[in-house]
Amino acid sequence: MTAKEKLNPDDLNVILATDCGSTTTKAILIQKVDGHYRQTHRGEAPTTVEEPAADVTVGVQNAATEVGELSGRNLVDGDGNIIRPVDGLSGCDAYISTSSAGGGLQMMVAGVVRNMSAASAKRAALGAGAIVMETIASNDKRKPHEQIQRIRELRPDMVLLAGGTDGGTVKHVVQLAELIAPARPQPRFGGAYKLPVIYAGNPDAADAVRQTFAGENIELAVIPNVRPVLEHENLGPARDRIHDLFLEHVMAHAPGYPRLIEWADAPIMPTPGAVGNILQTIAERQGINAVGVDIGGATTDVFSVFGTEFNRTVSANLGMSYSISNVCAEAGMENVLRWVHIDMDERELRNRVKNKMIRPTTIPQTREALIFEQAVAREALRLAYVQHKEFATTLHGVQQQRTVGDTFSQSTGGDTIVDNMVLDLIVGSGGVLSHAPRMEQTVAMMIDAFEPEGITCLAKDSIFMMPHLGVLASVHPQAALEVFEKDCLVYLGTCVAPRGQGKRGKTCFRYQIKGDGIHETGEIKVGEMRLLPLAMNHTAEIVIDPERGFDFGDGPGKPVKGIVRGGTVGVVLDARGRPLVIEGEEMDRRQQITDWVSELNVYE
Amino acid sequence: MAHSYTPGLRVSRCVKHRTRRMLPISGEVTVSVGDRVAAQDVVARTFLPGPVIPFNLSNKLGVAATDVPRCLLKEQGDTIRKEELIARSPGIFGLFQKEAYSPEDGTVETISQITGQVILRGAPEPIEVLAYLAGEVVEVIPEQGVDIEADVAMVQGILGIGGEAFGKIRMACQSPEMTLTPDLIHNDMRGQIVIGGARMTGEAVKRAIEVGTAAVISGGMDDQDLREILGQDLGVAITGSEKIGTSLVITEGFGDIAMAARTFELFRQFSGREAAVNGATQIRAGVMRPEILIPLNSDEVTPQEELASEHGILEPGARVRMIRDPYFGLLGQISELPHELTVLDSGSKARVLTVNVDDGRHLTVPRANVELIEE
Repeated sequence: MTAKEKLNPDDLNVILATDCGSTTTKAILIQKVDGHYRQTHRGEAPTTVEEPAADVTVGVQNAATEVGELSGRNLVDGDGNIIRPVDGLSGCDAYISTSSAGGGLQMMVAGVVRNMSAASAKRAALGAGAIVMETIASNDKRKPHEQIQRIRELRPDMVLLAGGTDGGTVKHVVQLAELIAPARPQPRFGGAYKLPVIYAGNPDAADAVRQTFAGENIELAVIPNVRPVLEHENLGPARDRIHDLFLEHVMAHAPGYPRLIEWADAPIMPTPGAVGNILQTIAERQGINAVGVDIGGATTDVFSVFGTEFNRTVSANLGMSYSISNVCAEAGMENVLRWVHIDMDERELRNRVKNKMIRPTTIPQTREALIFEQAVAREALRLAYVQHKEFATTLHGVQQQRTVGDTFSQSTGGDTIVDNMVLDLIVGSGGVLSHAPRMEQTVAMMIDAFEPEGITCLAKDSIFMMPHLGVLASVHPQAALEVFEKDCLVYLGTCVAPRGQGKRGKTCFRYQIKGDGIHETGEIKVGEMRLLPLAMNHTAEIVIDPERGFDFGDGPGKPVKGIVRGGTVGVVLDARGRPLVIEGEEMDRRQQITDWVSELNVYE
Repeated sequence: MAHSYTPGLRVSRCVKHRTRRMLPISGEVTVSVGDRVAAQDVVARTFLPGPVIPFNLSNKLGVAATDVPRCLLKEQGDTIRKEELIARSPGIFGLFQKEAYSPEDGTVETISQITGQVILRGAPEPIEVLAYLAGEVVEVIPEQGVDIEADVAMVQGILGIGGEAFGKIRMACQSPEMTLTPDLIHNDMRGQIVIGGARMTGEAVKRAIEVGTAAVISGGMDDQDLREILGQDLGVAITGSEKIGTSLVITEGFGDIAMAARTFELFRQFSGREAAVNGATQIRAGVMRPEILIPLNSDEVTPQEELASEHGILEPGARVRMIRDPYFGLLGQISELPHELTVLDSGSKARVLTVNVDDGRHLTVPRANVELIEE
């Protein structure tokens, strides 16, 4: 990577930012208008890692050209380079980018104890934005030769090895190195690629590990232990080294990336890392519990902040284009189709799913195709959230102190820290959520997939800008925050839903809502949904009196009072119960979905 | 003039094609620059290290890890045979000794004083890399592999199953619209590359496997059939390692879809000729599409074609195929590329183009839902 001159924030008036996703390259232009940074124009083009271009910068040029056409500012010169600095109506002061094209960063992690050092290594890799292909642990119940066979089959971009506390046992982590070294994992970029292996275990074992890997086609980096003591994790150094190696090794081998790295005025960030940065900032600034989801073409990332605990998971192979077929296979077509209220031919649908997989850049043209894609999205989001809840137990992201008691409970499998009842905000991003033609569709997909409980605010990333702002924050935090607050988040409204289940048609709860432009009381029956209008930037006080068996956070049957926030959709009262179960025969099921869709004006 | 980029697949009557053939690990390259090679000639070979057998001698002999080297009767690098005595504990005054025998043939790879573990390595497995493309060796990457170049007729498919295959091209269907059914697959197609027309039925594929064809190429197939053939749903489009008895390539997509006329004609023109097929597909970054390569004789080489699809530019007059429902598979000519966003039936706003379809219709479709073709 070439050394970049540090950008002076005061000199930045026009910033071009791109996010090279696996399907689409999205470009936004941020300009200083009347002393404030605003996102002014956007453009997009298919990502061009495929033949015939096989060069990611072609997609960047196309997206930048589109932004240029729309803004009247020439951003790309005759040679296809991004013009810098600003000269009248041409060029920009800085160009920055994130990337998840190329299937992202694929890693294998290994640790001595599955729930301890291996879990810490996995969290470090995930926190850095990687897809973890496999976790090998001394106690993962596989025989050594089976583990070796598995390592031989994988094609990771990078390996992270951890194990042993500082000054603790050396034997087990060296034993793991002894499994990895002779297995000689082959990187997917071919024989010329030196596979980076990061050792982040007991430093006393570093020399023995070094010796074990000596002579192999491996580049070993020794960094501080991810688990220096049992009750403390130190993931920062591992995450930073993963980012460095991602740029230096992995991206440098992807088509066109050396040129992209050369263009960018700041290090290119893996897209999920950038989105995580921004979500943590919102949660911290507002003192809330938040969940963010980014559903892409190949993968779905879920981020959560509960209290001070940050977690990120990547569900590899749950996505809307490259992985759409896998979503249908994993969820089962019957689970996808349960969200559909119109006639669809399953054989035909299966062919369409495969055609989307092999031509991932196509978009739904008809209403029927859109309904089906949004049904797939519900299942992809639901499965990704289930995986996130299983992973985000009493464990955490970047760095945290924990007690010895926590460590013991962890070894028996801690409870999830993801609690929908205390969740305050869900932010959706990714094409299928951000670009849904109607915001009601985004709301319906998010509620069906996440099943929020109590009072939960829903927002979306207006034009899928969170990745850009995540990386902008590393160059110009003030500009990132200004744009985030003014242009990025679009509040959709609030979901009000109880935990518990009852008989359809019986009273679920009574409500009284009073606030800006709204004053209403009513009763809602089990199985119903109701949409109350409450405009953007308006709030209202809601008093809810649930029936026995339904809980809004203060216990079953206990009344609660809260504030709901308006938005482009409004307040959704959801009395379908939690967990959400769609019951009944086919005609009954279809009628239920039709009722919900029509109440929320999803497809009008 | 309004234009826009779009990806496309390559179908070419004559193109200079270079293919890189690499060993998975370092080894020996057996050819030199300038050599002419046939498709199935070996160009590089190596030995893949044999399976690794971890053997914890410390536990086996009941001695400390640091004492393991002293107990060993073999040294690092020594060859061992199955059930050969390889270590003995000193016991107490020479009594109560414990012995350890090798579980496999192989060599002693490493001995660890830290873990007491001995890594035994089974016999190496030979790996040979074939030329795949009949042509000239133009570059040798020492110990790694070679680049081979040849003038070829080339067809990229959209998705393949199975790896590399070689054989003569054999037409099974008479037109690109004809479905490939089992009655069209004959016993004498063994070892050949069978060309269908539109959809290949599941029964036809089963028959091809029975007959032992090298590969089957056709316009499309049903997902349902593919699932039956593979025994599982194909979750992501990363293929090449399947072993179903023949390689498969679909050139257009899933469902009842005719092979592009130009592709079909190209195959017909080269009927009876030797070709190489690779079904390996990876629709992710570093994208790989399945391909069929037909090496050309020197008198068949024509000036290199300049294909619009290679530039990936959509412009009025260009031929396109629609690649998404509800118009999947229709062909036509671009008439306009409006600059402004248009609202689709789905309610989304997108950049569109208008197409004069061959059946006389005039359709508006998102730019993302077409691909350029040459006919």
